[in-house]
Amino acid sequence: MGRKLLLENDHIEGIHSYEVYRKNGGYKSVEKALKSMTPEAVVEEVKKSGLRGRGGAGFPTGMKWSFLAKPEGVPRYLVCNADESEPGTFKDRYLMERIPHLLVEGMITSSYALGANTGYIYVRGEYFYIIKILEQAISEAYTNGWLGKNILGTGYNLDLYVQCGAGAYICGEETALLESLEGKRGNPRIKPPFPAVKGLWECPTVVNNVETIAAVVPIVNDGGDAYAAIGIGKSTGTKLISASGHIKKPGVYEIELGVSVEEFIYADEYCGGILNDKKLKAVVAGGSSVPILPADLILKTASGEKRLMTYESLADGGFATGTMLGSGGFIVMDESTSIVKNLHTFARFYHHESCGQCSPCREGTGWMEKILHKILDGHGTLADVDLLWDIQRKIEGNTICPLGDAAAWPVASAIRHFKSEFEAYVTNRKSIPDVKYYFHCNNLDAAAAYSSL
Amino acid sequence: MAKVTIDGITIEVADGTTILQAARMIGPDVAPPTMCYYSKLKTSGGYCRTCLVEVSKGSEKDPRPMPKLVASCRTGVMDGMEVKNTSSEKVRDARAGVVEFLLLNHPLDCPVCDQAGECHLQDLSYEHGNYKTRTEFERRTFDKIDIGNKIQLHMTRCILCYRCVKTAEQITDGRVHGVINRGDHAEISTYVEQAIDNDFSGNVIDVCPVGALTDKTFRFKSRVWFTKPMYAHRNCDKCSGKVSLWYKGDDVLRVTGRKDQWGEVEEFICNTCRFDKKSTSDWVIEGPAPINRHSVISANKYAKLVKPKEFTLNDIKAITD
Ligand SMILES: Cc1cc2nc3c(=O)[nH]c(=O)nc-3n(C[C@H](O)[C@H](O)[C@H](O)COP(=O)(O)O)c2cc1C
Ligand code: SF4
Ligand code: FES
Repeated sequence: MGRKLLLENDHIEGIHSYEVYRKNGGYKSVEKALKSMTPEAVVEEVKKSGLRGRGGAGFPTGMKWSFLAKPEGVPRYLVCNADESEPGTFKDRYLMERIPHLLVEGMITSSYALGANTGYIYVRGEYFYIIKILEQAISEAYTNGWLGKNILGTGYNLDLYVQCGAGAYICGEETALLESLEGKRGNPRIKPPFPAVKGLWECPTVVNNVETIAAVVPIVNDGGDAYAAIGIGKSTGTKLISASGHIKKPGVYEIELGVSVEEFIYADEYCGGILNDKKLKAVVAGGSSVPILPADLILKTASGEKRLMTYESLADGGFATGTMLGSGGFIVMDESTSIVKNLHTFARFYHHESCGQCSPCREGTGWMEKILHKILDGHGTLADVDLLWDIQRKIEGNTICPLGDAAAWPVASAIRHFKSEFEAYVTNRKSIPDVKYYFHCNNLDAAAAYSSL
Repeated sequence: MAKVTIDGITIEVADGTTILQAARMIGPDVAPPTMCYYSKLKTSGGYCRTCLVEVSKGSEKDPRPMPKLVASCRTGVMDGMEVKNTSSEKVRDARAGVVEFLLLNHPLDCPVCDQAGECHLQDLSYEHGNYKTRTEFERRTFDKIDIGNKIQLHMTRCILCYRCVKTAEQITDGRVHGVINRGDHAEISTYVEQAIDNDFSGNVIDVCPVGALTDKTFRFKSRVWFTKPMYAHRNCDKCSGKVSLWYKGDDVLRVTGRKDQWGEVEEFICNTCRFDKKSTSDWVIEGPAPINRHSVISANKYAKLVKPKEFTLNDIKAITD
């Protein structure tokens, strides 16, 4: 059994309430940081921990924090990105639903480290019930003196706000999120300037994922070195993986980075193997945006080494034979899955979610969806497959924000690894496998969450 | 100061200059095409991606090339930077892609569009596009919308450059104009169908690079290449009063701002000058407006042309055989 740092207590009855959370060691990191550490020392621990952003890009958090501009007399902000909208990713939801105080605690400790006196949690609109959970947790934290003025008598002030998104994937992109937070249309900003210099209300801002901020709690409690001792190389600590698709036990798992992909898919402790003991066909390892890999390449790298659940191992081989850890949305597809149909689902998503600012993404995403639709309808030709390839190539790298890339990569990788299936589809007018992968998840129960409110 | 080399030509420019501005200083042959950048509008640019260039050397200090093509209109120069515009195969390829994307949902209704002849999208596709379309799907269409009684918005032609949005935001007061919806459904809209009603609203027509925003007082009156632009001015208490009058015979068919070499107005003009002053007696005429000799508007290129002899079917057969 791997160590758990975030979900260690998630099975405890009533852990979402302040009393139970506190009784189980909650808010210790705030006490430790505010009373015995300088903000710089907290940043130092985060740097030592090797923690990397859990929102998708994997940028070292300590480094991001040290880039934060600190001009005199200008407020700084910490913004938590809880917009979790990447298809296949639902880990932040689980964490906020079960242990909302862990996020609040992480926000306080991190804000202290950054010298921010105001923090925002930007929650995806569809998670409206989580807003209630978080607001409840925040008000409990205020009542018990963890938020507000002069926290723990140290003179440090912090106010936390929850902001609701309105159902746009693009508002997960950090600068679009900031625009939306300012009350504007959620269009990504053109960078530079980066948020660390000019973010929210033109002030220096750090945007971090829910899981990143939560991970600061164990890092401060046990020290950066202890965190860095877990994992392999530059992939330190634990990571929440949202596992879905054709597996026996879909759900959110906290893994020590470095578990092998094979173990993650087949061990009873994790996914428990492929549903109905069918054969594995393909995996999208890090949320819908990352390249899809066929079974042989996801289990072993091109050079024949065991593929591990780390940033480096998953990326081994570049996009030719590798993929990315991304946000940890692990989608498993069995032999009955149609790659073409699945790709159409993804393409439809990106078409729907493009903000429409820049031409390649605005027009290209819709075009790719239409071509895939035509192929599905049995009217496709081999030339259409080549055209798809050319369109994705002209989108990738030429857009304002990475949504364009995110729309291009699934198309590129599906054609790269499963070209024969596309060819079969257009020549035989259908491909043999016919099932779309579906989300199917049993340890998350939104309905139960609603009724508990 | 920073030394920057674009397509092999070196120029020294002030710090903070963008690659595009530096290229324009060198001249039109090296300047990348622009569809959304507008030097008179703050925060414009970055959207259309036609001005993408390759930075093959970052700077003297850090000579590494930039990993992706960059939008030259929003990227500052560094000392020692080396940029490739049309000399880069990658740029030419990406730009042809951008043109294709911009035309993907464009109706190509140039024969009935007032902008034809002074349309930046026409120029762009002629100079940088492919000659053939690869799309076979129905194009996006919208209903025409009247923005007040002088301006018409035809979203079907819009390329979402955001110039009119920035104009409405920056030179007219009150923000009643913006973008609604997302992705390829996004459309320019006046907030809750409200007309833009202020003294400078007409400038959105001048900044529109295509025929999406047109002057209702001019619509369908004439093809632009049959009109003659003249510089003129009047004493105006709202704007500089410096305009171009577009004549056909003795009639002033329309009034616009004066456009520079890059197709951008030199100064924004007020609605009184634009819509209400359409007789020669309102103006002091300065002389013919300079027009690039490549433009179809130039000196009524077609006015003096002899109509070619009509072909008979037999002539055509003789040519094709
Ligand atoms: C289209 C798009 C959507 C994104 N959605 C999310 C999201 O839902 N949640 C998230 O944490 N990061 C998301 N990101 C990444 C953020 O831009 C940003 O990198 C992240 O919040 C930084 O936090 P981290 O360093 O803790 O990972 C998205 C990025 C893009 C381009
Ligand atoms: S890449 Fe897509 S989502 Fe991102 S700014 Fe451009 S149009 Fe918007
Ligand atoms: S002119 Fe630079 S992106 Fe449009």
